[in-house]
Amino acid sequence: MQLSTRHLLGIKNLTKEDISLILTTAAQFKEVLQRPVKKVPSLRDVTIVNLFYENSTRTRFSFELAEKRLSADTINFAASSSSAAKGETLLDTVNNILSMKVDMVVMRHSASGAPHFLAQHIPAAIINAGDGINEHPTQALLDAFSIEEKTGTLAGRKVAIIGDIMHSRVAQSNIYLLKKMGAEVTVCGPPTLIPKYISEALGVQVNYNLKETLEWCDVANVLRIQLERQNQVLFSSLREYSLAYGINKKLLDSLHKEIVIMHPGPINRGVELDSDVADSKQSIILQQVENGVAVRMAVLYLLSGRNAS
Amino acid sequence: MQVILSSVQLSETVQQLAEQFDKAHENLNDVVFVGIQQGGVVIGNDIVAALQKLHPSEKILYGQLDITFYRDDIRKEILTPDTMNIPFAIENKTVVLIDDVLFTGRTIKAALDVLLDYGRPAKVELCVLIDRKEHRQFPIQADYVGLSVKTHKTEKVKLINKEVMLITQ
Repeated sequence: MQLSTRHLLGIKNLTKEDISLILTTAAQFKEVLQRPVKKVPSLRDVTIVNLFYENSTRTRFSFELAEKRLSADTINFAASSSSAAKGETLLDTVNNILSMKVDMVVMRHSASGAPHFLAQHIPAAIINAGDGINEHPTQALLDAFSIEEKTGTLAGRKVAIIGDIMHSRVAQSNIYLLKKMGAEVTVCGPPTLIPKYISEALGVQVNYNLKETLEWCDVANVLRIQLERQNQVLFSSLREYSLAYGINKKLLDSLHKEIVIMHPGPINRGVELDSDVADSKQSIILQQVENGVAVRMAVLYLLSGRNAS
Repeated sequence: MQVILSSVQLSETVQQLAEQFDKAHENLNDVVFVGIQQGGVVIGNDIVAALQKLHPSEKILYGQLDITFYRDDIRKEILTPDTMNIPFAIENKTVVLIDDVLFTGRTIKAALDVLLDYGRPAKVELCVLIDRKEHRQFPIQADYVGLSVKTHKTEKVKLINKEVMLITQ
């Protein structure tokens, strides 16, 4: 079986079969990560550039580790310390890198659609590691893998996505993926942070009440409140946000069932999640990080065949 | 398409392989069995079952190995991997690799690569149902052979529904 696409630009243009193929392949890579030698030779003739125009710790490390575990050669590019700071265009930068015989590009950019633009102009396979407020497909895939691993299945699962839905590429990719795989999705947060027509556009339910949402769901995927948005008067203060939408132990214990807590990181402890929730046994936050490497290995492996010379 | 081994002949051959192996080893201490996906696992299941009958009191360690990520022709086509399951240590053990058909030797070379990522076995032996000896591309041979057949290079030998078939194109 093969993926229906030669790039991973978003979940939006993947089929259900593509998603299943990535998740089952990731399970095999997870096994590789448990071996004494956590490495396979599959991509040893492939060179990958990690092009990060926006800050990242987890995603960049996760991709880099996935590449190394596949035996690929990697080069890292951070916009802040490169010629991009001197005014070079995105296309020029990438073409220069590609002339050094690079097969795949992993890219994060603050502009939505930047990887789609590149995909139209260069021959290398492109993997979107987050573009603006559009998509973060590998995060959605690793979230799905983690839900499946913890609860057995995605179909019929009730997943709540809580927080800043408006500006979150993680939320958007998760919604696309969960809906394709037959899960039910409710988004929850302050009305100012939830797009007005999201129900009609993406087929999700909206609930502004946190407690009701938690009572409904099997899994709560809690998003980071982006502190940089504080000045945009979308909510009055972090303290107020935390009082209305922060998840603490007391709230969790008051529910009639045990739900699974997820977070894509980095966590603002005491804002969207209290420490005793983030570190509780209901939380699978660190498993998400571990699964991220296996899922990214699967994506890189499955896309590596299409472009190698 | 021509039948090389019928299902009856196949189970006889498997029994012979189990006995061949039994003769060569005093006991099964420090021996583990690993079938190579997918045909080798089918044969491995049967060989291990036959050995278990000969040694009812012993617990035979048996795993399944997949070479997809280690293929030397990986760029030709990206394949979906099969399950890999070696739930025991192979360090200092005798590992018996089991495959259905030994042809060029490239699969076995890849399987050895996989195995070494799990540890350092004391010894590796190879057990195959069918040997197509004259087409080897690597210096690899089997310790236990069910049946040696003369074939043309372009022909295929495949295990289909517990029968071994010769496919001529």
